[in-house]
Amino acid sequence: MSLLPYFEWCENSAVGGAIRGSLWLFPVIESFHLLALALIGGAILVVDLRLLGLGLRRQPVRLLAREAQPWLVGGLVVMVVSGILLFASEAIKCYYSPAFWSKMTFLFPAMVFTFTVRRRVAAAEAGLRPWRGKLVAAVSLILWSGVGASGRWIGFSG
Amino acid sequence: MSLIGFCQWLEKTPWSIALHESLWVYPIVESVHVLTLCLFLGTAVMLDLRLLGVTMRQVRVSEVVARLVPWTVAGLALMLLSGALLFYAIPVRTYLNIFFRIKVAMLLGAALNVWVFHARVYRRVGEWDLDPVPPKGARVAAGLSLVLWAGIVVAGRMIAYNWFDPPGVH
Repeated sequence: MSLLPYFEWCENSAVGGAIRGSLWLFPVIESFHLLALALIGGAILVVDLRLLGLGLRRQPVRLLAREAQPWLVGGLVVMVVSGILLFASEAIKCYYSPAFWSKMTFLFPAMVFTFTVRRRVAAAEAGLRPWRGKLVAAVSLILWSGVGASGRWIGFSG
Repeated sequence: MSLIGFCQWLEKTPWSIALHESLWVYPIVESVHVLTLCLFLGTAVMLDLRLLGVTMRQVRVSEVVARLVPWTVAGLALMLLSGALLFYAIPVRTYLNIFFRIKVAMLLGAALNVWVFHARVYRRVGEWDLDPVPPKGARVAAGLSLVLWAGIVVAGRMIAYNWFDPPGVH
């Protein structure tokens, strides 16, 4: 089964066409995508640095994770909405872009990992083995870096 | 030498041409510039949000500064280095681009804001270190910082567009 018809439908949708036909809509939406990138970066780093034994290491992981969570979720909502809009405007290009598929391949495990394993480890009471926290932080940073790097590369392809 | 004369000289140096024409190095430098937003601006935003009193309210402001700002500074160094390389690859067109000029003006504003904050408000941090919501001066500096950096990111992204470039400039 090919996903191409679905991509074609997105490309031909009214929203996709409107963004493609406008001079400034794409850069404006992409600017929001970038601003949310910075916010997500901060919300993730505060917790991951702490899990690595860096950053705010006098504070419990639990507290930092709880404080960062609304900003992470808020940033992700802006990111997903703006990302879907950008995608709709150039869905066919994305279909043939290895960078796009690389991004999706990182994005799915990054989301699942962040809201399952990482969330549980970061919410744990004291007594967490340090190497487990470090492993979780490393996996989180690698997955999200993969999303970001492949995402930037979509713009260079095609 | 005028600034434009300097840019024209820069553009003819072999390394500038090599960087401009490179298949991989230029996109990699640009990716580093964009992804370092997470490290640089991400940590700066978390500090600003603390100064606004909307996150980590139980954590001392001085502790957030001491533990996060070194990461912000490391991110800034990477940002300046990659940004300088991006300018070096395309000096004349960038210099003439209106969004680049807006970005530089806002960068100076952001630097001034940091300087005023440290010289005035932050000097007395001992008096409000544990306040869940810091005093007005700190909140104003944090709000200004968020607005300016958002503007810098947007203007930076817009440099790629040549809507207002003078004719004949590439």
